[in-house]
Formats: sequence, C-alpha cells, structure tokens
Amino acid sequence: MAKRIDVSGLTAYYGTHKAIEDISMTVEPRSVTAFIGPSGCGKSTYLRTLNRMHEVTPGGRVEGKVMLDDEDLYGSSVDPVAVRRTIGMVFQRPNPFPTMSIYDNVAAGLRLNGKTKKADLSDVVEKSLRGANLWNEVKDRLNKPGSGLSGGQQQRLCIARAIAVEPQVLLMDEPCSALDPISTLAIEDLIGELKERFTIVIVTHNMQQAARVSDRTAFFNLEGVGRPGKLVEMDETERIFSNPSVQDTEDYISGRFG
Amino acid sequence: MDMSIHTPPGAGAPHDQGSGTRPAPEGGTPPQQDGAPAPRRTVTHLGDRVFRGLSRGSGITLLVIMAAIAVFLTYRAVGVLAINEGNFLTSFQWNANANPPDFGIAVLVYGTIISSVIAMVIAVPIAVGIALFISHYAPRRLATPLAYVIDLLAAVPSIVYGLWGALVLVPHLGGLYEWFDDFFGWTGVLSYQGGAARSLFTVGILLAIMILPIVTNVSREVFLQVPKMHEEAALALGATRWEVIRMSVLPFGRSGIISASMLGLGRALGETMAVATVLSPSFTIIVSLLDPGGGTFAQNIASKFSEASEQGRDALIASGLVLFVITLLVNGGARAIIARRKEYSGANA
Repeated sequence: MAKRIDVSGLTAYYGTHKAIEDISMTVEPRSVTAFIGPSGCGKSTYLRTLNRMHEVTPGGRVEGKVMLDDEDLYGSSVDPVAVRRTIGMVFQRPNPFPTMSIYDNVAAGLRLNGKTKKADLSDVVEKSLRGANLWNEVKDRLNKPGSGLSGGQQQRLCIARAIAVEPQVLLMDEPCSALDPISTLAIEDLIGELKERFTIVIVTHNMQQAARVSDRTAFFNLEGVGRPGKLVEMDETERIFSNPSVQDTEDYISGRFG
Repeated sequence: MDMSIHTPPGAGAPHDQGSGTRPAPEGGTPPQQDGAPAPRRTVTHLGDRVFRGLSRGSGITLLVIMAAIAVFLTYRAVGVLAINEGNFLTSFQWNANANPPDFGIAVLVYGTIISSVIAMVIAVPIAVGIALFISHYAPRRLATPLAYVIDLLAAVPSIVYGLWGALVLVPHLGGLYEWFDDFFGWTGVLSYQGGAARSLFTVGILLAIMILPIVTNVSREVFLQVPKMHEEAALALGATRWEVIRMSVLPFGRSGIISASMLGLGRALGETMAVATVLSPSFTIIVSLLDPGGGTFAQNIASKFSEASEQGRDALIASGLVLFVITLLVNGGARAIIARRKEYSGANA
C-alpha cells in the first residue's frame, strides 16, 4: 500500500502567475519526506499538484510529469477524482465534515468508493481510528458530531478519514500548525507509525518537526517576491540539517533568513 | 413576517470563520470561564453608551410595533367575533355585513395553505437547483448575469405577476390540466372539468414563480459561504462535484435552505394582488385543485374590503389576525427545525 512518486519538470501556475518552476524529485515509498522553506515558496502548491488538488483552484494549471510508480497522474485518460482516491490529504486546519458523526466522517471515503456494508464499514472505521490513535478517546461517542472534538482530536480524525480508504500516499499540509505542542507530539508519533504502511509527504514550517519526523527533506526557496518557487535541494534529513550542500539551505535552517 | 427571520446562516457564518481562525483549544475543555461575573463597574466610553442606546432603542421599537399590530388586530377582531352567528373556525359562510354576521375562515385556511404548499413544492427544488448552478457549476461569466436576472425577477411588482398570470398563464394551463385529468383524474384531487384555469393550483404555480427569486438568492448566499476547507475535505477524499455538494455544501446550507423557504412561504401566504387577479374565488372547499374556486386570506381581504361595512371590516381584520398567527407558527416551526440539529449545523466547525 505504498508507491513511489517520481516528479519531473513540474511547473504550476495560478492563471498567468507561475507559482513553482521546474521541480523534479523522487519520493520513496514507506518513508516520510518533509518539505521546508519560507512562506510563499510554493511548498503547499507543489503538494497539491501531487494529488491534482491544485487544478481545483480557479486558474490552477500544471505542466510536467508526476509518476506514481508507472502511472502518469496527469495522463490524458486519468480521472483526477480517481487520483485523489489513491492519494490522501490532510489539511492545515482540521476539517472534519461538521454535519457528520465521528463514525460517518471516517466512513465517508469508503462510502464514496461504494462500500456500504455495515459490518465491513464498522471494521474499517475501528481499524482506522486505532491507526490514528483516536479509538480509545472516541469509541463511546462514535455517533457524536466530529466537530465536537478538540483540535488535535479533529486532526487525528481527519487522518483516520484519510487512511480509511488505504491510500498509496498520504499528503500532509502543515498538519500541526493549528495545534498545541501536546497534540503536535501525538500527530508526530502517529506519522512515525503510519510510515510503516504509507508513503508520507509533509509540509511544515517547523524545522524541528521536519528533523524529528522525516527521512528525507526538501528545501524550497524563491528568489524574490513574484518569482516562482524552486526546489533548492533534497537529501537525507540528517544531512540537510547538519551539512547541507547549498549555502541558502544552511542560512534558512540556522535562522539567518526566511 | 420578513422581519421575524433575521438570522439566516448568513449571520452565523462570519462568526464561524472568525472563531475558526484561532486554534481550537486542546484537551476537550471548552472555554467557559470567560463568563465570570464582574462586580466592579468598568469604564465605558460615551460612543459605546450612545450606540448601545441606539441599538437597544431600535430593538424595542420593533417589539413595540409588533405588539401594536397584535393589539390593534385583536381589539378590532374581538368585538365582531363576539356577535358572530357562525362558527369562526368551521363556517363556510362569509356574510360579515349581515346582522347578525355569519362568517368563518375554514375556506381561507384551506386555500391559503394549499396554494402556498403547492408553491413551495414547485419552487424550492428549482430554486435550490438554480442556486447550486450559480454557486458551483456555472462559469463566472454566466453566474453573475444569471444572479442579476434572478434579482430582477424579485423586483417585479406583484400586480404585474397577477396580470401575466391572468392573461398568459391561465389560458395556457388548460391543456396541462386536461392531461392531468386524463391520467390522474381518478384521484379527484387532479380532476378537471374544463373552463378557465383560475384555480388554487394555478395560484400555486404563480406563487412559485414569485417566491423563486428570494429562495434562490438566500440559498445561493449560503452555498457561497460554505467554507473552502469543507469542500476540499470532500474533494481530497475523491468526491465528484455532485458528491462534494452532497457531503459538504447541502449539509452546511441546510438551515439556510429552510430559512430561505420560510421567507418564500411567508411571501406566498401573504400574497394578495397576484392571487386576487388570478383566482376565481368562491366560498367553498372543492376537492379538485384544478377547478376554479376557493380563496386565501389576503385575497379575501383585498376583494371584500372596499364593500365591507364597519362590522365587515372587523371580520376581515379577524381573518387577518389568523393569517398573522399562521405566519408566526410557520416561523417558529422553521426555527425549531433549524435548532434541532444545531450541533451538526457546521456553525461550530
């Protein structure tokens, strides 16, 4: 249940504005890859191109190639809806469906896939909630609305919802930026467990977080306001944080700019 | 009537977004401490006090006006009801000028509710469809002018709708009614004897067209306020556009659709000129919706007021009081529906 992502020459636009330019990278399966870089450098935009969420934004447009194992995600016969079913996403702010119960939130993706048998659903819901380390906290109130949970619990609910459909890849867009340190720790532990099963890509503004959770780190930067963001370098996380090969990376990590 | 629904989700949603920008508290303890009583007098600025006085005054004025209307209606109504020969609720007569008077509202209750229900059944699905099209399907080039045209529909005076209904709608509905009669005539409800289609059903169709703009506009506003993150949640799970609407947009907009429908219903219940122009009234309840006859509160008041004696006017006022109560009940019911599922409403996201 984990595939390799191979990106080559990817450029993304908002209307006529070029947001990111010519990005190529490989994301290994069953690993955590972190994207770091200053605000506005296109990390999130790039992440959203990986499951074709970028084109949902009016004017959003992508050039280049994204291969998931040997399937081209931007191939002409590929249905973007199907892509999003195989590549899950967790957002910056927890966004459980407010009108649905905890149970229905987790089951939502399964129901979209046409699985409606009650027994199967209950099994997957429990498994996913356990997988997201949330089961013990919510097992007595599965029929209560998901929006009644705390922020950290909501985010884990969103992760449970995303992993319930057994995606190939899990994309996380600053999943802890709206959470307090304790919830953040819970999510980071969870990421460590989830990488046994999924390919994980995480965007983060928190350098310590990137250092703690990821195996590889990609540093993005932009040359100036209005210029497209670019991939500066990508390497083992340990190397990026101890001995990066580009001076900009070192400056950013040591807090000298950005 | 229109005033009494003043908190459609339009009013709730900005608050939702405001509170959403702060990180939610962790640990399951809602912040309840901020309501602690403060015995000390705090410093208030003159501007605050003036504004508080003004807004409080506006609120009180509204209540006073409502109370004044209720008192006026009740006062005038009670006198004539006391000498009414017939049963006010069940009588099929309206001889309010006679001495002693004999009048009842059964026909009007039936006609008002039936024509409004028909209007709702026709208008609400179409209005929600148009609103979804404008907010989620149409390209912006098309959505803006379309929304404008819908707004224009709302600005057409009701007498113009009435004239159009009488001169265009009525002559053209006969064929449709005959078709109904052929296939569903056996039900009795949809039987049709021919003749001018000046029936409650025609009134319902006309009312549907008249309430379409307000239901559409309020629904559209609510659909546009659905937080982006709710829609993206569905999209990221691999939902098609329709599935996004079903999972995120409609549940969020639910209370808004109800509010919109109630605003429309309020207009339909009270619509006067268009109904009076189109309907061929009779003080009877006929089983068939397609055959002419029946009446509504507002239409009855409009057509009888000019030739009514003092006592006849009081009788009409008594019927107006009932309409007032019905609209209050409708509003209360709508609020109850909205409140019942509040914790799921999306306003606490």
